Amino acid sequence: MATTDMTIAPEPDYDGFVKEEHHHDSAGDTLLGFWIYIMSDCILFATLFATYAVLGTGFAGGPTPKDLFDLNFVAVETALLLFSSFTFGMAMLGAQSKDEKQLMKWLGITFLLGFGFLCMEAYEFYHFSSEGADPTTSAYWSAFYVLIGTHGLHVLAGMFWMIILVIHIKRDGITEENHTRLACLSLFWHFLDIIWICVFSLVYLMGVL
Amino acid sequence: MSNSTTQTHGGAAHGSVKEYKRGLIWSLVLTAIPFALVMTGGLSSSLTMLIILLCAVAQVFVQLVFFLHMNTSSEQSWNVISGVFIILIVLIVVLGSVWIMQHLNHNMLMGH
Repeated sequence: MATTDMTIAPEPDYDGFVKEEHHHDSAGDTLLGFWIYIMSDCILFATLFATYAVLGTGFAGGPTPKDLFDLNFVAVETALLLFSSFTFGMAMLGAQSKDEKQLMKWLGITFLLGFGFLCMEAYEFYHFSSEGADPTTSAYWSAFYVLIGTHGLHVLAGMFWMIILVIHIKRDGITEENHTRLACLSLFWHFLDIIWICVFSLVYLMGVL
Repeated sequence: MSNSTTQTHGGAAHGSVKEYKRGLIWSLVLTAIPFALVMTGGLSSSLTMLIILLCAVAQVFVQLVFFLHMNTSSEQSWNVISGVFIILIVLIVVLGSVWIMQHLNHNMLMGH
């Protein structure tokens, strides 16, 4: 009875991991997981926005946003980020049609737009600090630098991620794994754009009202 | 996996050039309106503030629909459910903080 000989022969290429069926869904699972990470990042930004709103009038006699904000400058920054969201979309289309050349071209443009945005932000921080509004000036400017700086760090992280992905794609081509990674980065990049919409509306535009 | 149908990746449906272009144009328009309003300063500040907020919310939706391809299909239900949940949490955190701190400020001033 013990030897009914029901041993199931393992599949020829069985190595202890279930591959085939599992693999089919893994891209979707990864993306959902990454989406949930992004949602938690939303909470991080929500707390920073809440801090900014609460400390929004604590100037301690220092400069106010009305004195320093230059909307033309912010408009250009915003345009860079909006266009980079679009160019990343075009890069994703390149990845979907397995067109590596198109993917690399649009990723490159996205990277340059992101880099331009970061340079403008760094210049802005430098400019504000030299005008007497550094992070230690007042509660308002502390909250401002933390909020804008956190967004800037996210953009920087996204750019590093882009470089690493380009290395991966150069080495392996547009594989299923690389496509999933690219899709995650796409979520991340569009998410940063959405955060920036809140930043320019609530911080810059309302700051000069 | 390798069949090139329009199979979705459980959270990232595929877009098209047309969709991305439409998204770009919408977001440029919804950015230009509040910037123009604030720069010209034609309207009263409370009305301007209202329009800024409406444009921001509209643009967030434009980005979600055209760039992140969110929709109400069943494959995306978990994304949408978690998104709605987070919106609720964000509203509680932001509005709650502002509300509480305003009352605290008020009470502190009364005490003096």
